[in-house]
Amino acid sequence: MQSPIVKKTVAISNPQGLHARPAELFARLALQFESDVEVIREGNRVDAKSILHVLTLGASQGTELTLQAHGVDAEDAIEALVRLVESDFATDETMSQESPS
Amino acid sequence: MDIAPDADPAGSRFWRRIEAAMERLQGIAVSPGIAIGEALVLGNEGFRIPRRFLPRDAVEEELDRLQLAFAAAIAEVEHNRERVAEQLGDDYAAIFSAHLQMLRDKRLHEEIEEMIRERHYSPEYSVSRALRRYAKVFQTLEGQYMAERANDIFDIEKRLLRNLLGLRREELSQITSPVLVLAHNLTPSETARLNPRFVLGMVTEAGGPVSHTAIVAEGLGIPAVVGVGSFLTDISGGDTVIIDGDQGQIILHPDEETLAHYRHEVEEQRTLATKLESLRELPAETADGKRIQLLGNIEFPHEVKQCQERGADGIGLYRTEFLYLGVDDDPSEETHYEAYASVANAMQGLPIVMRTLDLGADKMRTLPDSEDERNPVLGLRSIRLTLRNRDLFRVQLRAILRASALGDIRIMFPLVSTLIEFRQAKMVLADAMEDLEEAGIAFNRDVPVGMMVEVPSAVMLMDRFVEEVDFFSIGTNDLIQYCLAVDRGNKDVASMYTAADPAVFRFVKMAISTANEHNVPISMCGQMSGNPLYTMLLLGMGLRSFSVTPAAVPEIKRVCRSVTIEHCQRVADYACSLDGTREIKAFLKEELSKVFPEFPV
Repeated sequence: MQSPIVKKTVAISNPQGLHARPAELFARLALQFESDVEVIREGNRVDAKSILHVLTLGASQGTELTLQAHGVDAEDAIEALVRLVESDFATDETMSQESPS
Repeated sequence: MDIAPDADPAGSRFWRRIEAAMERLQGIAVSPGIAIGEALVLGNEGFRIPRRFLPRDAVEEELDRLQLAFAAAIAEVEHNRERVAEQLGDDYAAIFSAHLQMLRDKRLHEEIEEMIRERHYSPEYSVSRALRRYAKVFQTLEGQYMAERANDIFDIEKRLLRNLLGLRREELSQITSPVLVLAHNLTPSETARLNPRFVLGMVTEAGGPVSHTAIVAEGLGIPAVVGVGSFLTDISGGDTVIIDGDQGQIILHPDEETLAHYRHEVEEQRTLATKLESLRELPAETADGKRIQLLGNIEFPHEVKQCQERGADGIGLYRTEFLYLGVDDDPSEETHYEAYASVANAMQGLPIVMRTLDLGADKMRTLPDSEDERNPVLGLRSIRLTLRNRDLFRVQLRAILRASALGDIRIMFPLVSTLIEFRQAKMVLADAMEDLEEAGIAFNRDVPVGMMVEVPSAVMLMDRFVEEVDFFSIGTNDLIQYCLAVDRGNKDVASMYTAADPAVFRFVKMAISTANEHNVPISMCGQMSGNPLYTMLLLGMGLRSFSVTPAAVPEIKRVCRSVTIEHCQRVADYACSLDGTREIKAFLKEELSKVFPEFPV
């Protein structure tokens, strides 16, 4: 029953920061996991699955965020979310939009 | 051990760091008194958030209504996203994806439901309150991208409210319970739609001491504070707000102690008002039998009623600017005449002093903006503007003259600063008279023509003006501003603006004495004359006519009836000998409290 807590710190690198679009992608991805996921910035701890909460962090380029998950798929959740942040929020979806149609 | 987010269902831990604390905001005091009440926030397309509390058994039903509103809002946004994506591509539709995500945000739902379930707030109020907390946080974030998110929140709020309120959306004119009206700025058409019976007070983010809100609030005799700066996002409709119109402050989210303090003050105000009511039928006469003329200042024809109810001796200042504000075309002669005639008829032979247009070019939609207006109070305004736009001037003068056939109409020119200016204005008036005469239209050929004394040059030349002018009225608002070189609309220096200044006293005294020596009637229509603090001083200086906002008539009458002229002269002499504002005010307060102990100073 005791599930692991997984923690990892990432820096926001895209120039516009964690604004509406990235926050939406971020929250949407977090929602796909069963684990509880939190985002922590300098002591402020918010629910990663809530776009509104994530936006209150006001994370701009260079901000370091700690992602912490707690639950059965905590490991996968952190890995996926870190990948999303490190790719500057270039999901398959946005990649396909940016390529010429 | 770390606590998982679910241990905190409605996010109370999350919100603790930004929960609304009591806030006291300083603005510009434009109409005195205290008001405590529910906020009506204008700006969201005129939405009014209905009653704040629900009966216990309505909770489930209201939660259903909330879910329906969310579902409808989500459907609308989905539809928008699809349409925009089709027409412009997915990138443009991305913002709608974010809105959808927000509308589906579990945290938001929990927060709103908790307010409805636990605090019995109405869904409308809960939605507004929950979303505005986020908006407030976003506005404090650095970077434009983040601050713009607040606008997304307002967009969502509007959408949800529109769905919640549906046909119940209330119009301003249909307010049926007492409210405090809070707005960024109130337009004349908005204030005209408000039902004065239910408006307890007004606050605007913008505006200065001579803004439309200020004048309307004064006329209604309700407290008002303007120029507060941005605050509307910190409150939701239905929140309790306190307006302290004496100090020019508003208090958001007041704590119990503050509420108790202000409730006590409101109670005292009410007691005083009842006491003053009994003075209505009594004349404004000093204890030693000197009759004082007490006139009312009005802006709208319907305010005549308030003057009559308080037993005013006439209208000492009829501001005509409202006819020009908020309209695309300048008012026609008939529009002017209709308003003036209704006032003339209603006053039944009592004097009515009509001031001609007293606006700057910047307020007139039909005139081009001046390129050189760096200093509007020293620029093209009032009589300068009308002399430069004779057609505009003539239309108003014709209407006033026509109304002069119906009652005791007098014409007053504002901001006169030279003899030549006054003569020119009289010439335009003479032309208008000639036109009417030729057309065989009735008017009073001997209509008295006077001027405002509000520019230092006019005070210095009083002994020359007495030869040409039928009456004077001292406009203290501008006179103080020009005398002390202080723009009272400028927050950085507004505190230096005061009537309680030895130099201001000298100007006022000089104007009164010169007029009295030459037996030319002189009155005062600025805010100084409506403040009981200065009544004894002014009586002592020789003023025998006061024109005040209708609400102030009973208080001024009360002071007049409690004093003798001789005593007032001693008060005036001593006040004029003092050095500065603080001493002067302390002295005048002390003197006032001796004769009018129940007046709150």
